[in-house]
Amino acid sequence: MITKRIIPCLDVRDGRVVKGINFEGLRDVDSPVALADYYSRCGADELVFYDITASSDGRRIFTEILKETAKKVFIPLTVGGGISTVGDFDRVLKSGADKVSVNSGAIRNPKLIPEAARIYGNQCVVLSVDVKRVGNEFRVFAKGGREDTGIEALSWIKNGVESGAGEIVLNSIDTDGVKQGFDLEMLEAVTEIVDVPVIASGGAGSIADFITLFKTLPKVDAGLAASIFHFGEVKISDLKEEMKRAGIPVRILD
Amino acid sequence: MTAIVDYGVGNLFSLISSFSALGIPAEAVCDPAMIRSADRLILPGVGAFEDAAKKLRESGLSEVLKEEAAKGKPILGICLGMQLLFEKSFEYGEHEGLGLIPGKVTAMRNRVPDSLKIPAMGWNALHFVKESPLFRYVKENDCVYFVHSYSAVDCASDTIAVVEYGEEITAAVGRGNVYGCQFHPEKSGTVGLSILRAFSEL
Repeated sequence: MITKRIIPCLDVRDGRVVKGINFEGLRDVDSPVALADYYSRCGADELVFYDITASSDGRRIFTEILKETAKKVFIPLTVGGGISTVGDFDRVLKSGADKVSVNSGAIRNPKLIPEAARIYGNQCVVLSVDVKRVGNEFRVFAKGGREDTGIEALSWIKNGVESGAGEIVLNSIDTDGVKQGFDLEMLEAVTEIVDVPVIASGGAGSIADFITLFKTLPKVDAGLAASIFHFGEVKISDLKEEMKRAGIPVRILD
Repeated sequence: MTAIVDYGVGNLFSLISSFSALGIPAEAVCDPAMIRSADRLILPGVGAFEDAAKKLRESGLSEVLKEEAAKGKPILGICLGMQLLFEKSFEYGEHEGLGLIPGKVTAMRNRVPDSLKIPAMGWNALHFVKESPLFRYVKENDCVYFVHSYSAVDCASDTIAVVEYGEEITAAVGRGNVYGCQFHPEKSGTVGLSILRAFSEL
């Protein structure tokens, strides 16, 4: 059986890994290449690199770092941040990415997902969505979670999959950085409406939060987190041993 | 030298990097003369079967690959590259492959329960059904990385490893000097690299 994936996420700016708490107040963590290599050796099943650079110079540095990483780390790499055109897909795929995650770019350009899926295949296109509760609906937020787009999230995600996204990363802004567990209610709503892999993001604070995630929602395929891995609060090898003990299908390294 | 056959399908960055990390000379080549002079061949591939098979045929590389296989040169097909080794694929119609391994490629959707997601994407544990030099550094239950919606069937006599996904799915085949992996060794961590190393020692 295909195992549940554990995915550390590296936010990269100016060639360094940073992690925001509720997307604000960035702290420097480490070199992306060294951290990616470390995670791969600890048993990470995949890595997500987010480019949070605004400048073209920063983008060039990011692309170089991606290449350096892909020369050393042989697990799947998903790249996101600043992906607005098919040309951006081309740039990161040629630099070693296996999947490309689109977020605001898909909001600005509705043709981005279908065009990229046609050229590179659905399995290559990941739709990443930042979602927050507004009133009694789930709402899509843009610009790193700062701007309410007014778009209802479930229909946006369903539409994204129908137009070619092969995987969903669901970031709950409501639980992000709070470390009280994943947003099970929001995740369940999404797994009910799509049949592509769903990656849970936002809210993991402990090993128990991952166990609860996979035990409660067997349709969730992967758990993503950043700071709890970067700061060593959760060790991936310990997490995976606990998952195995809990009877969750997991890949264990020797 | 290991030649990674470059026929315009997919991204060779990780494959080239894998060999380079192993310290094994390998390069992406499209020139038939270089393919003929290589010690062993890797046939990569992602995307649609029909398009890839057409590119191999039109570039004349199909014939070169068949000739080299007949001479006994080790060949490893990866992902779509493995599927191309078979006689036929039923991906959007019916298309002819290289026919180096008897069997055909069909949609998993019609074979596995609806509750399982297609494409099958992620890590799955290898179960060996036959001894093979390709897996000399790999253990039963070691995990490798898959992304696929189609898989090979009617090839039991050449199957060397399977994975479980609703049913037994063909994960790797070996027939004489011709090998195929449905998974991506270049994305399967140290387990994957050790499979590439074993192939390089054939």
